[in-house]
Amino acid sequence: MNLHEYQSKQIFARFGIPIPRGKVALNSNEVKHIAEELGGKVVIKSQVLVGGRGKAGGIRLARSPEEAEELATLILGMEIKGLPVRKVLVDEAVSIERELYLGITNDRTARCPVMMASAEGGVDIEEIARRSPEKIIKVYIDPLIGLRDYQSRDLAVAMDLPREYWKTFTGIAEGLWRVYTAHDATLVEINPLVITADKRMLALDGKMSIDDNALFRHPDLAEMRDPDVEAPAEVEARKYGLSYIKLEGEIGCMVNGAGLAMATMDIIKLHGGEPANFLDIGGGAGADKVAAALRIILSDPKVRVVLINIFGGITRCDEVARGILSALSEVKPKVPMVIRLVGTNAEEGRRMLADAHMITAETLVEAAQKAVAVSKGDLIYEHLD
Amino acid sequence: MSILINRKSRVLVQGITGHEGSFHTQQMFSYGTNVVAGVTPGKGGEWVLDGKIPVFDSVKVAVEATGADVSVIFVPARFAPDAIFEAADAGIGLIFCITEGIPIQDMMRVTRYLEQKQVRLIGPNCPGALTPGESKVGIIPGNIALPGSVGVVSRSGTLTYEVLYALKMKGVGVSTCVGIGGDPVRGTDFIDVLSLFEADPYTEAIVLIGEIGGNDEERAAEYIARHVTKPVIGFVAGRSAPPGKRMGHAGAIIEGGAGTADRKIAALEAAGVRIAQHPEQVAELVAPYLGR
Repeated sequence: MNLHEYQSKQIFARFGIPIPRGKVALNSNEVKHIAEELGGKVVIKSQVLVGGRGKAGGIRLARSPEEAEELATLILGMEIKGLPVRKVLVDEAVSIERELYLGITNDRTARCPVMMASAEGGVDIEEIARRSPEKIIKVYIDPLIGLRDYQSRDLAVAMDLPREYWKTFTGIAEGLWRVYTAHDATLVEINPLVITADKRMLALDGKMSIDDNALFRHPDLAEMRDPDVEAPAEVEARKYGLSYIKLEGEIGCMVNGAGLAMATMDIIKLHGGEPANFLDIGGGAGADKVAAALRIILSDPKVRVVLINIFGGITRCDEVARGILSALSEVKPKVPMVIRLVGTNAEEGRRMLADAHMITAETLVEAAQKAVAVSKGDLIYEHLD
Repeated sequence: MSILINRKSRVLVQGITGHEGSFHTQQMFSYGTNVVAGVTPGKGGEWVLDGKIPVFDSVKVAVEATGADVSVIFVPARFAPDAIFEAADAGIGLIFCITEGIPIQDMMRVTRYLEQKQVRLIGPNCPGALTPGESKVGIIPGNIALPGSVGVVSRSGTLTYEVLYALKMKGVGVSTCVGIGGDPVRGTDFIDVLSLFEADPYTEAIVLIGEIGGNDEERAAEYIARHVTKPVIGFVAGRSAPPGKRMGHAGAIIEGGAGTADRKIAALEAAGVRIAQHPEQVAELVAPYLGR
């Protein structure tokens, strides 16, 4: 999960990384008061979890508290890439001399964290990586030892940072490393890290992504999750421990195991259909989880047929059948279902569903073909009462 | 006729008295796996499976008492890194971690530590390994594979079962099936397993099952082009996956245009790997290479 800029910067500040003076506001009146408090020019920054806020007009400079109030009214009424702006961060405006980039992320291949710096801050790091990868300097961090000061100095030298800033910079790098480890981050980023006209270094913008698997030891961070960035069905699915991602097609999918769920979507597409979702019920799912999964799939009005593909291992097919029956009696779906059960207790599962009027299939290919045919109206199945 | 595990492997189960651990210990034992011990701190001295398998408080004591040389871990994610460290420190040379949901920073510390110790870790978030007819360590259902000469390596769980089942339906047997797991940071990778299969005289052909995210398949392709002489059949899941979304597995995500199925398939094809369009087709593609 991703944190907002203001949340990230508040954390940075607690770890000794200097940030501009500023406050969060929910309405334009508050913005005006904050601007008065800060005195002089302020920057009003929409707090939404998407890139390109500036281009969308979500970041504006105000020269007076009155202008700040006006601009805030505008920004707080905006939607940026489909997300409503509910909060703005009001920061003191600073005059910038240089913009740098500093971030830490996980390198899957090297199996360790990597700190990246660039003398060309202020633009998207992926943009720099595409345009001029040589301008990104990397140091790999031994996870058992941590970031060493010499590594930070190496970055400072490589960025041509004047010597007078080395000490401040290594302090910021060390702080960022501690932010990364203390919060189980998968990404921490200061972009830009600026040098101001009055020779200060400041984290002007901040970004943090947290490892979802580590949220059990960070209940405070888990509470910061922004519900706006997820479809309601995805939030609902997480409550049941289901992994659900909404897509645009008509064929609802319920599968056990992530790899098999992807392969099932692929084979639907291979046969000319479009999956409506990715859904992994996980290993060993019981009847109630299966019922919840079916409810979530059917909550999508675009779904015209549901394909259920279960390869029983730890998951028992009779448990899945029980879940399907309980969901059917509750939801009374109007759409036909294609089902394929293989593996642990498959016979029993099939017997239980014999009267449920479902289209059955032996193989994955057959299941996909039938589901696609139903979704296109080529196969009509009339036992829905 | 196998890599990594065989009927002589002396298997220890960490978390043997838990829900998953006890169920799969029964399954492994019934399959013929030589399960010699279990560990649950605080339950040392007890016995499980009708008095057939002793439980110890620590891996060290279990190893001293039973000579266990392979460990399989079923403990919850928050305790799993400690369980891996414990097994490594007790001298276990091969550790399977089935547990899903271990924080990535924990895994980076674990893998770095194991590199220094020369210990092999498979997983986490993996189904384990199966040498049909001899031994299974982990959760792969034993009855879906026949003994034979195809080596299978995969990042997935149930998708692997699908492929094993398709092979069985065609009468094609398997030397060993290894699930390396769906997490972004893990112990053993494709290349390690490919090199073991290449060196195994009983493996005639290799099936590699990948998925979106990271560049493991691309690196495997490079390795295959240079070092693998045996035929390799591939399948990559996630052609229809949207970018930026984590598809169930922590490691299955297309980021910044990297990690797409198409790119992986292109790399594997360039290395001479024949790509199946769907899991069932894997069996059709591999059959002609056997018994030659």
